[in-house]
Amino acid sequence: MLRAASRFLHGRNAFYVSLLLLPPLLWLGTAYLGSLFALLAQSFYAIDEFTAKVVPELTLATYRQLFTQPANVDIVLRTVAMAFAVTTACGIVAFPVANYMARHAGPKIKALLYVGVMLPMWTSYLVKVYAWRLILAKQGIVAWGFDAAGATPVLDRLLATPVVGGPSLSSSYLGMFIVFVYMWLPFMILPLAAALERVPASLLQASADLGARPGQTFRNVLLPLALPGLAAGSVFTFSLTLGDYIIPSVVGAPGFFIGMMVYQLQGTAGNLPLAAAFSVVPIVLIGLYLTLARRLGAFDAL
Amino acid sequence: MTAAIELRDASRAFGSVVALDRVSLEIAPGEFFALLGPSGSGKTTCLRLIAGFDQPDSGQVLLDGVDVTDVPPFDRDVNTVFQDYALFPHMSVAENVAYGLRVRRIATVERRKRAAEMLELVRLDDFAERRPTQLSGGQKQRVALARALINGPKVLLLDEPLGALDLKLREEMQAELKGLQQRLGITFVFVTHDQGEALSMADRVAVFNAGRIEQLDTPRGLYTRPRTAFVASFVGSANVVSGALAEHITGRCAPFAIRPELIEIRPAEGALPEGLLTAAGTLEDVLYHGASSRCHVRIDADTLLSVARAESAGAAPLPPAGSRVRLAWRPADAVTLES
Repeated sequence: MLRAASRFLHGRNAFYVSLLLLPPLLWLGTAYLGSLFALLAQSFYAIDEFTAKVVPELTLATYRQLFTQPANVDIVLRTVAMAFAVTTACGIVAFPVANYMARHAGPKIKALLYVGVMLPMWTSYLVKVYAWRLILAKQGIVAWGFDAAGATPVLDRLLATPVVGGPSLSSSYLGMFIVFVYMWLPFMILPLAAALERVPASLLQASADLGARPGQTFRNVLLPLALPGLAAGSVFTFSLTLGDYIIPSVVGAPGFFIGMMVYQLQGTAGNLPLAAAFSVVPIVLIGLYLTLARRLGAFDAL
Repeated sequence: MTAAIELRDASRAFGSVVALDRVSLEIAPGEFFALLGPSGSGKTTCLRLIAGFDQPDSGQVLLDGVDVTDVPPFDRDVNTVFQDYALFPHMSVAENVAYGLRVRRIATVERRKRAAEMLELVRLDDFAERRPTQLSGGQKQRVALARALINGPKVLLLDEPLGALDLKLREEMQAELKGLQQRLGITFVFVTHDQGEALSMADRVAVFNAGRIEQLDTPRGLYTRPRTAFVASFVGSANVVSGALAEHITGRCAPFAIRPELIEIRPAEGALPEGLLTAAGTLEDVLYHGASSRCHVRIDADTLLSVARAESAGAAPLPPAGSRVRLAWRPADAVTLES
């Protein structure tokens, strides 16, 4: 029976490949892309203000509402600013770690570091977020550490900063930023380390050999060749921050973020079109970001 | 005259492996110098010490009489052509070549002009805008050369420069490198495991074995006067005879080497001219190579001598395999080796 099936498939390559691809393509096509398009379509529907029922008529009213109501614009800008800050910080923190993992660590230390980077991802996301709320609380370990080091004035100065500050780290944008950076750091380190590992050591030696000081070698050779990794990592950190609704609701100042709005609008408020319009924002932003990265040559070395 | 490059008692160990063991070396300005040896013999470590990619555990590296042991590569007046060429994949050929000027903050116009000149020197002017991935191995090699030469170094280091090329291209590049070196008049130091390459290109050759220089000589000197059995068999092919058999043949208790082309095959019987050294044996096989034939003659259980015979038109036919033959050579052609 099996033998007959094998014999039948042998030589019928196109049939064989389509047989293998059919289930994943069905899944991707219907469950994944289908729901995405359903979402997109929803954002062009209107909502009846009295009955709160979705009216399946194509209209731009929802988008007008999104981009003209100052509160909604604020939410988008706030979320995008946070995503930029988190992505930048992740890049800066991840680079030395990824570089050490990829280029300098021996096999044992390297394995240890990879496990170390991934270990936090094996823990429940909620546990980590609530743990951070305690860590950053007014009487939490961070505040205690500043106190023990006699640096409480420094912390107070930080918290007195307009916009990002607040009564305590756990109720300020600064604290939210710290938690975001912690959460998404592995998503930046791993692709970056993979990209750096593909850069042959001889390229860096050649650069030094031709007279480039370490800073120049970093700017001219290592960084451009690591760009695909940085781009991949930043797409993760950027989109994860844009879409998250748990961290902003557990840690940080009371201002709303896109994810929280989507959660609330499709739930209690029951305004699916606006929820859909809000969730289109990250998709468009990531699309723009990838186009820009491509224009700047981030993927030329691939 | 001050040596262009000097190593003084340079040693380098990696863990328990001694890569370089108190090596001293002087390379004259304008010399084409080869570091020859099998893999792991220390030749590449030696090159890396000169380039500055590595520091000796003890000893010194001098360039032009100045101690540069602790000087980083970017401050050394030395440039390298890497074994894998190490061309920057995200830059065009012209940008690769101009890189040395760019990091020295030379103006863009000047940079373009000099890069174009260098590309002309290696006959790649039409390829300036290509990416390295669009080039063949030989073209990459020439880009690497142009890039290394643009800063006008006093010394050019080449790490297995021809290793990745096919045979025909390799022979072309040998002639090209030699010509380039003569035109530029700068010191070339190249690492190779191919003795043919070292003999045909270099003015002098340092033969490395187990972290030491076994012999440093001209190609002709190495070939005709090898000092040790290692050099005799690594540089060209040689029959090395030692022990009791050597004593039996020469009457002296010292190993000696004899090149296959200097041995004559004669019939087992019959008169011999006076003063030749001889060894009797059985002809095991004959391999025909066109211009010459290679015969293997078994003298005793441990000794198989190799004889190269020119296949000129008048060459007498060889006896069939299995025949008893006598090998003869002039005493002056056998080189006594250090035991």
